[in-house]
Amino acid sequence: MFIIVAISVILFSIGNETITESLTAGLFWVVIFFTAMSGLARAFVSEEERGTTLTLQLIASPTTVFSGKLFFNLILVFCMNLVIALLYSALFEKFVVQNFPLFLLTFILGNIGLAVASTIIAAIIAKAGAKGTLYPVLSFPILLPLILTCVQLTLFSFDGTSFEEAQFELAIVVGYDVIMITASYMLFDFIWKD
Amino acid sequence: MIWKIFLFLLLAFVSIAGIAFPIVEKPSAWYEFPFIPGLEENAKIIFFHVPTAWLTVIAFLMSTIFSFRYLKNKNLDDDAKAYSAAQLGMIFCILATVTGAVWAKFAWGQFWSWDPRQTSIFALLLIYGALFALRSSIESEDKRATLSAVYSLIAFVTVPFFIFIMPRIMKGLHPGSADDSNAGPIIDFQMNSNMQLIFFLSLIGFTVLYFWMWRVGYRSIIIKDKLEKQLMIPTMGQGG
Repeated sequence: MFIIVAISVILFSIGNETITESLTAGLFWVVIFFTAMSGLARAFVSEEERGTTLTLQLIASPTTVFSGKLFFNLILVFCMNLVIALLYSALFEKFVVQNFPLFLLTFILGNIGLAVASTIIAAIIAKAGAKGTLYPVLSFPILLPLILTCVQLTLFSFDGTSFEEAQFELAIVVGYDVIMITASYMLFDFIWKD
Repeated sequence: MIWKIFLFLLLAFVSIAGIAFPIVEKPSAWYEFPFIPGLEENAKIIFFHVPTAWLTVIAFLMSTIFSFRYLKNKNLDDDAKAYSAAQLGMIFCILATVTGAVWAKFAWGQFWSWDPRQTSIFALLLIYGALFALRSSIESEDKRATLSAVYSLIAFVTVPFFIFIMPRIMKGLHPGSADDSNAGPIIDFQMNSNMQLIFFLSLIGFTVLYFWMWRVGYRSIIIKDKLEKQLMIPTMGQGG
């Protein structure tokens, strides 16, 4: 529902004006970011609200809990972003992907990074007392390098840039994902145990 | 005590020298700075911009190290040290942004042009602003220390992307970016010896000032916590 609202707002505000490819790529990731912000914050908050945290702490190790939550968020992110991508390709003239494998790779890597970062931030938020407005504030700086690079890569895939030219940006996204996964698994113990 | 007076004299000398020494085509006297093409009179702000940016990095690095130590030892003193360093880092970050923007106005034509360096320092401001927002929203002391330490570590692993990778792959105006024709910092070859001397004196002076401020900062936080605890115990006793 949020996706449809966001995209229709963008379409209404554009009106009859033609927008460039770089703007389309940027708007695509803006919608993805805000959808993730509205959808993924709930992962740990629901546990705290229903009081099931203690049970989970007793029966499962922190790593297992985090993997479960991460897996759930990954599925959620992939479903949401698939809908967004389909809607964009239907509604925006300039959303034409020339280099499809590059776009797919960007999409997958970007989604993984988004899911990992938002899961660990969601865990912090849930322990901090579930302040809804704090979530985007905490997530935005963490996600900024990922989103900027993904916008660049999406633009490359529109232009039909080859893999060799996009190598450096791809390496950044892969590095970001690996660092985020490692840091999250190492730090989740501290959040979960206290 | 003596080193405080010495520090005051040093910083006073650096400030006066940095602002008042003239820039001339061919420096002959000991107090004259050389003329650097492309920078001209703007070059003087380097004595204040670079030390603040350098201290931003040092302060945030120390904040992360003490956050890590807190997670290891669960000692609240480490949290106070990390918090104090982050506060100072924020002050120097704002100063670096402002001096950078002023410099940009005269060197590049406008205060803010989303140069990669400006983007990355903006992200740094956002990260540590978010850290303070997180800290202020949590009541419990231990929980606040743990969560802010975790957040500061997560934020810190993304900082290399901003500081070292982004400015180098994106085209920018700041020295050290991908299409920079000078290829490297200006300090190495365009400054003459007296300019270098004042530049490094300024770096040293500001660094010592930072460590002094940091010591005062974390001590006051620790003492404040102790006082609050001492004041709380009798009132709780009366209430019960």
